[in-house]
Amino acid sequence: MEKRVVFQSKWLPYALVAPQIAITAIFFFWPAVQAGYFSFLVQDPFGQSSKFVWFQNFRDLVRDTNYLESFQTTAVFSLAVALSGIAISLLLAVMAERVVRGATIYKTLLIWPYAVAPAVAGVLWAFLFAPSLGIVAYWLDRLGVAWNYNVNGGQAMLLVVIAATWKQISYNFLFFLAGLQSIPRSLLEAAAIDGATPLRRFWTIVFPLLSPTTFFLLVINVVYAFFDTFGVIDATTEGGPASATQILVYKVYFDGVKGSDLGGSAAQSVVLMAIVIALTVVQFRFVEKKVQY
Amino acid sequence: MIRKTLVAAALLVAAPAFAQTEIQWWHSMDGALGEKVNDLANKFNASQKDYKVVPVFKGTYPESMTAAIAAYRAGNAPHILQVFEVGTATMMAAKGAIVPVYKLMKDADEPFNPKAYLGPVSGYYTDPKGNMLSFPFNSSTPVFYINKDEFRKAGLDPNKPPKTWKEFLADADKLKASGQACVYTTSWPSWVHIENFSAWHNIPIGTKENGMAGLDTEFKINSPLHVRQVEMLGELAKKNMFRYAGRTNQGGAKFTSGECAMLTDSTGAQANIGRDAKFEWGVSELPYWDDVKGAPQNSIIGGASLWVMGGKTNNAYKGVAKFFSFLSRPEIQMEWHTATGYVPITTAAYELTKKSGYYAKYPGREVAIKQLMNKPPTPNSKGLRFGNFVQGRAVIEEELEAVFSGKKDAKTALDDAVRRGNEILRKFEAANK
Repeated sequence: MEKRVVFQSKWLPYALVAPQIAITAIFFFWPAVQAGYFSFLVQDPFGQSSKFVWFQNFRDLVRDTNYLESFQTTAVFSLAVALSGIAISLLLAVMAERVVRGATIYKTLLIWPYAVAPAVAGVLWAFLFAPSLGIVAYWLDRLGVAWNYNVNGGQAMLLVVIAATWKQISYNFLFFLAGLQSIPRSLLEAAAIDGATPLRRFWTIVFPLLSPTTFFLLVINVVYAFFDTFGVIDATTEGGPASATQILVYKVYFDGVKGSDLGGSAAQSVVLMAIVIALTVVQFRFVEKKVQY
Repeated sequence: MIRKTLVAAALLVAAPAFAQTEIQWWHSMDGALGEKVNDLANKFNASQKDYKVVPVFKGTYPESMTAAIAAYRAGNAPHILQVFEVGTATMMAAKGAIVPVYKLMKDADEPFNPKAYLGPVSGYYTDPKGNMLSFPFNSSTPVFYINKDEFRKAGLDPNKPPKTWKEFLADADKLKASGQACVYTTSWPSWVHIENFSAWHNIPIGTKENGMAGLDTEFKINSPLHVRQVEMLGELAKKNMFRYAGRTNQGGAKFTSGECAMLTDSTGAQANIGRDAKFEWGVSELPYWDDVKGAPQNSIIGGASLWVMGGKTNNAYKGVAKFFSFLSRPEIQMEWHTATGYVPITTAAYELTKKSGYYAKYPGREVAIKQLMNKPPTPNSKGLRFGNFVQGRAVIEEELEAVFSGKKDAKTALDDAVRRGNEILRKFEAANK
């Protein structure tokens, strides 16, 4: 006998999902459609004259070498942020598991950075690393390192990667900690009895069993690096020097808000949207199958 | 009876509030400057009863401009909007969205003489027919600063700052030899080393009178002289004698802290330098290349002007016109000039300040005006007007940074700046046909 709860009323289920649908439609679909529409227009900032130009904004983008460089920058940036963020927080989580005394304090302190707003995190790191003012810059100078991220693109990239990663470590840490706690003790103990070193236990038991968490965090971190790091970049390098840290999202903001080039900016967001859709499909369709849950 | 009196009293109190027309003024002056802006509004409000100017701080220049554009699209723009100089072309092209100042003054029957304003200041905001479109408010220009103590240490005469770039290089070597690690830094790289550099040497930044005579303008900043200047900076950067600080006013801190001995920065930086520098410093005119005929010409302004937004009542516009007349008064201008370091915008205000003996006490404050008025402006030195120049300037700065970091040579970088800049100009032209 089937025991399923079925709605008797025809309209009730729709009424129940209506608020969610409405929110999605108003705050997600409508702006997305608007962006799609704007990407076919060339208009002045005040919206007094606008002309339908088909794909000209996209053609301009493809021809813009700066835009193509921005792809590369974004790829380097997101991979660096996601990989270093995951590696460091995994290390911290594994270590936190071994701490016996003061474990709660240790764990709480590690979670704190997550409460810091991205722009604040950016400013914080910018202060530490500010050439000629920052304390870290001062130490580096004493060590003979010419630190000036206003000129040196590599240093600028390093700075934004550090700031963006630092911010995300707490989040990753929490998930890894939860993941670690769900690994059966008996497995680890059995391995220990068989004489496996802690390092070997980690690689053969813990790491594979954590793979669902790691995969989930990889997706989350890449999306974070793509979209949420805007504040960090705006507060530190503003995309410079010589667009060395201009990731796609920052360019959308700069061209649209500061440059009042709505058409070009909208075309970029459409491209960005397409990338994210593709990324998500690839990740969940193909990669997820290979990950053992 | 008592109630009647109360009602009458209430009406009396309330009446002026009803009759008063509010004028919204969005600006980007923070800190001490913001207080000064409030001060100006309060003074105007106290001087008459019909209008009340309400200044609102709306964030940085690009932020307040974006806010005003969004507000205009939603139908509730402010009456007055302070727009920085690079936004001029965008505002000018928005014909229905703004009311040109000359028309505003004429419609309101306010006495208004464009000739009363300093040429290099009003010229920047005037259309090719000679009509003033926005009201100059805070105008500055870049000047040259030296650390006199370091000059002495290097065996140089602190009262002889370098007049030419050749002297600058010679002084730089001597400063370096005396142990000064960072010899020079700059704020606003594009404004100083491209825009003002061009005007100061009477060479074009772009065709069509630097874009003032038409939207079909093209950048000209890859001339041999531009390349020479940027090459010089690149060479100094390579030797770490020139330390680049960033695209806005970050250079000032490197100078005030004593890290760098020479600086190019806005004349408005004097307030901060005077407060923070622990050494004797001097202000002088920008250096020039003495083999260039006609150099030095005159420098151009930066800063912002006040734009009047469209779609308001005639009565409100009358109030705006009255407020602009008020701001033009010599004594008000002198107060603004001496308190902020921005240059006075009328000849009368300049004369008044001179007479007051202010410049005898603070000679540095006059350098900017002398530099702006050095010679009557030519089509190359009137100012500039490039569409979407917020982006355009960012492109120039990116390419300059590529030179400072040794990624590109000066010629390649400037060629790229011209190519990329022109694409932005064509896009603006297409959007504003």
